[in-house]
Formats: sequence, structure tokens, C-alpha cells
Amino acid sequence: MTFFKEAMLVAGKDLRIERRSRVALAQILPFGGIVVVMFAFALDADRTSLPIAAPGLFWAAVFLAALLAIGRSFTVEEANRARDGLRLSGLDGGAIFVGKALAIAVELFLLEVVLGAAVIALYGVSVSGVLVLVCAALAATVGLAATGTVYGVLATGLRARDTLVPLLVLPAVTPVMLGGSRAFAAALQGSSSDAWPWVQLLVAFSVLAVAAGTMAFGPLLEEG
Amino acid sequence: MSIVRKYWFGATVVVVLAVTAAFALWISPPDAQQGDVVRLLYLHVPTIWIAFLGFFVTAVASVLWLVPRTRRTEWDLLAGASAEVGVVFTGITLIVGSIWGRPTWGTYWVWDARLTSTAILFFLYLGYLALRRTAATADERGKRCAIAALIAFADVPIVHLSVTWWQTLHQSGTVFNPNNDVQIHGTMGFTLVWAVAAFTFFYVYLVLRRLQLAELEEGLEERELELAIEERQRVEQMAGV
Amino acid sequence: MLGRFPALAGADLEVEAGEIVLLAGANGAGKTTLLRLCAGLLPLRSGHAEVLGVDLAVDRRAMRRSLALVGHETFCYDDLTVQENIRFATRAAGRSVADADAALERLGLGRAARVTHSRLSQGQRRRVALAIALARDPRLLLLDEPHAGLDEQGRSVLDAVVRAAPSEGRTVLLASHELDVARQVATREIRIAAGRVHEEPAGAGRTLPRAEAWA
Repeated sequence: MTFFKEAMLVAGKDLRIERRSRVALAQILPFGGIVVVMFAFALDADRTSLPIAAPGLFWAAVFLAALLAIGRSFTVEEANRARDGLRLSGLDGGAIFVGKALAIAVELFLLEVVLGAAVIALYGVSVSGVLVLVCAALAATVGLAATGTVYGVLATGLRARDTLVPLLVLPAVTPVMLGGSRAFAAALQGSSSDAWPWVQLLVAFSVLAVAAGTMAFGPLLEEG
Repeated sequence: MSIVRKYWFGATVVVVLAVTAAFALWISPPDAQQGDVVRLLYLHVPTIWIAFLGFFVTAVASVLWLVPRTRRTEWDLLAGASAEVGVVFTGITLIVGSIWGRPTWGTYWVWDARLTSTAILFFLYLGYLALRRTAATADERGKRCAIAALIAFADVPIVHLSVTWWQTLHQSGTVFNPNNDVQIHGTMGFTLVWAVAAFTFFYVYLVLRRLQLAELEEGLEERELELAIEERQRVEQMAGV
Repeated sequence: MLGRFPALAGADLEVEAGEIVLLAGANGAGKTTLLRLCAGLLPLRSGHAEVLGVDLAVDRRAMRRSLALVGHETFCYDDLTVQENIRFATRAAGRSVADADAALERLGLGRAARVTHSRLSQGQRRRVALAIALARDPRLLLLDEPHAGLDEQGRSVLDAVVRAAPSEGRTVLLASHELDVARQVATREIRIAAGRVHEEPAGAGRTLPRAEAWA
């Protein structure tokens, strides 16, 4: 099987598990929702400050939800020693990485669409620069999913994995946080041209993250 | 490594640091604008330098461990030791930067590019150290920590770039970096260079000491493992297998 | 157990093609470790080991597609059905969906095909693991306590599979507590104790033509 097909097989497996268990839909998405509401409480639902803070708050909510999604992606590999199954399968490590990261990215992107709608409605945001928004979101999501998958496998099998992965991931994806929120802010203010440089940063980060993951996932998955 | 046990090594470090203090606190002149507060420069710059040096050493040691031909447990221990010393210095950098900020900017913290990048570096370090503590076997720890260190190291320039970009959006006019406002010349220049060198020496001392400790811990673990195996074999024999 | 396994230095253990080798030993003796080592899952700390012609010190991943390990766990996903799990594992090994379904039938799992893995009984799980192993068409079959949890019918299926192995071109390494049952199919018996391998005369008394080591 080609690299691409192997990756699709793994991505398909993860997405099928999600479709069956509905963890992202029933748990992670509502979690994102309550975070969006929580921010409104934190900022005292100010008519003026919420729309201004919206880009950053949106991405903060997405990041928190992403941590859950990453954790979930690797929790399914723990039961029944499924990880050994992956090792024995003969699948290429890089292909497994791409597959798992892709599944996370798809879930995250759908999550962003819903949370985005919630933020627009709840924070009173006026939308402009949709193309930039979508491009930025795609690039950011890939970078986030890829980095999360790398740290997810890095911490796999370790005790305290659940608390360790968030600590490892968040500082590392700072560029995505900055890029995503600044790109969104520029787009929503109507100056899309200011947003494109940030999109470039996001794309560069994503490329690096995917490259690093493709190389490191196989060795990290192995024992010893 | 045993050089560190020679008393004169530690004594030299103390002397060098004392000289640094003398220059920093008395001999070098106060700044025209900032006055005596500028003396924090002699602490801030060296600690920032060590913070990055520490991480660099961790990254290099990680590479040496990952490459099968050069792999030795010592590299993994060195990476950990350097990271521990590095994180302490990073913390000091942030605190000193904050203390310096109060009289010069009026606040304890500003989100300028360098300070913010240092803060992120601090968290990257903390994550790495947390990872070191949770890995089970030495091999596992070596592999995962080495890759984590390299990813973090590669990430630092990207973080710095994005943070710097971010700051240029805030066209507030004044440059928040205390260093930039200071004219460095003559005695001040000499003191600064000496301080950086002295702290580097201090860093080396601390890392070697920590490495020594780590090697002792490692030896202890090996011994405990051997005892456990011997015990089990004795049990098997008694069970008549 | 640990990765320290002195018994695999040099010629301490040699298995030839078409053999069905029984690994006997108490719990914790090292049977599972040996099997996992053969599967390339554990790194070789010292000594030399070759599996299916591949030196484990050089590359312990290369031969994985040609072998299959059936351990205590099924390596499956709780939320997927029996058929989905078998199909995934089979396709991951580069084989087809048809192979997966054939193995599923051979192990008598036809009626359980759409049952979610989390709801399977112990016996059914054993069969799923075995089905996955067979669907991969391995040249080396590593079985770790395969009889545990199997009912009468399951055991007869397992025995049929193991007996058929040599004629299908497979070599079997079988670790088991249940010596009476296992001895009926094994061609050779090896004892493992405290991480060391001891040879013992085979109970069955059958011999097969000797081929090259680890062919």
C-alpha cells in the first residue's frame, strides 16, 4: 500500500471510531461551547470588549478543545494494547502520523465551524474577509493537529500523560495562537491584507510540524 | 567530570562571581538616565544568555544521544542537567526583567518581544523537565526527551519571530527593552563582558555538579535492578524450576 | 519483564521452518518476552537474534509483515465491530478485505461480525486475535497462551489452525501453560525458566525434515 493509502486507512479508522463513539460530538464540542460562554462571563459580556477580543477568545476555546481531541486520539490506542497492533501492522510510522493528525484536523475544523458560529452570534461579531478566515483556520488547524499528534505519541504510555501533553503542546503552538488570532482580527476589521502575512506564518509552521511529525512518529511509537 | 570535585574549581567560581559583583555594584558607573538601577543589566544579560545556552547544550546533547554511534547515557544526563540549570536561569531572567521594569517602565511586566519569548522558553523548559520525570526506563526517557528537546529548540526561533511580529503591531513608540536605552561603553562594557563570562563559568560548574549527581542516581538504579533480578532468580531456584 | 534476555545469545535457541515449538514455563519465566522479542517489539540488549532471516539488531521492523503475534490482548479498538477490526488490521498488513472476511469465517465469527469489540467475551476475543493473525498470512505465528479463555469449540478451531500450519508453510511458536493440550500439537518442547532457555525432549515424538534455521 502506498504511503497515502496507509495514512487514509488510519485516518478512516480514527474517524470511524469517532462516528461510533461520538466523543468529539457529545463531549468536546459542548466543552468548546461552554468555554465560549465562560469567556463571556469572564469579560462581563461587555458589548464593546467581546467583539474586539473575539478572535483571541475563539482560538483559545479551540486550543482547549484541541487538547481534549489529542488526548482522545491516543486514549483509543491504549485499550487492548492497540498500540502494539499498530507497531506489528507494518504500517509506516509517518503514514500513521499523517493519518492520526488528519483525523484530528478534520474533527477540529468541524469544531471550529460550529464554535465560530457561536462566537459570531454570542459576541456580536460582524464577519468580513471570509476567504482569509478560512485559509488561516485551515493552516492553523493543520499546525495544531500535527504538533498535538507529535506530543501525543511522545507521551504515549507514560503515566500522567493527560496532564503532560497540554503542558508540552501549548507553549510549542504559540505561533499558531498568535498567527490565528492576529489573522482573524485583521480579517474581521476589514484589513485582510494585514492578515495574509500571518497566514504565511501559519502555513510555514504547519509544514514544519508535519515534517517533524512524519520523521519522529515511527521512532517514538517503538518501545526502547 | 571529576574536575568538579576539586575544591579549587568551586573556589574559582566563587572568586570570579565576587569580582563580577564588585564591578557591577561598585566599580562601574551608574547610568546617566537610569541611575543605579542599570546595574541589573549585569545580571539580566548574563542570565538571558545562559537561558539560551542551556537550551542549546540540551539540544546538542540530545542529538548526540539520538545518533546511534555516539549514544551514551551521559548525553541524556547532560541534557537533563543543562535543562535544569537553564530553567533556573530563565526564571531569574524573568524576575530580574520584571524588577528592572518597575522603575523604568512603571509596570512589572510588558509584553515586549524578548521578555515574552523568554516566558515561552520557560514553559518549554518546564514541559521538558516534567517529561523527564515521568519517563519509565532510561531508554524511553532518552528517546522521548531528546526528541522533545529538539522540537522545542527548533520552535524557539519561530516563537521569537511570531512574537516580534506581534509586537511591531503595537506602534507605541517607545522601545520597552531596557537594554536598548543604555549606552554601554568603557567600564560598563568591560563589566558586562566579564559578567557574561563569569556566569558562563558558573553555568558549567552547576551543570557538571548536577551531572555528577545524575550519574550517581543512575548507578543506584542499576544496582537496585540487579538486586531485583538476583532476588527473582533465587526465588525461581528455590521453587525447584 | 525486562529486555534483558541472556538466553538469546548465539545458538541458545534455534527453530526451523515448519516446526511447532511449545514454550513451556512458569509465569514470569520469560515466555512473553521471548515472543515479543521475536516479533521485534522489544529491543535486543545483547547477543544475536535472527528472525525470518532478518537480524534484529539491524532492523526489527522489516519482518513484521511476515509474522503475527497473538497475545493476551487483541490489539483492537473497543468502539469498532469485529469485522471492522479484522478488516483494519488485515488491510494495514497489506492484505485485502476478502482475506479478512475469509479469516473471520474460518474462526467461526460470522455471526459475531457486527458485534462491537467491547462487548465480546474472552473466548470471542481470542478468536478475533487469531483471525487477525491468520488474515495476515504469516510465515511465523507467535501464540502467547492462546488456549486461555477458549471454549471447546474455540479450542478445536485453534488446534486445527495450529496443526495445519506446517502444511501452510508456517512455523509456530506456542507459549502455553496447558501442557497436555499443547503437547498434542507440538513437534518440539522448550522450557523457559527465569529468563533462560532449556531444551527438553519432545513429548509427541514427531520429527519434520530439517530446513535452514529461521528460514
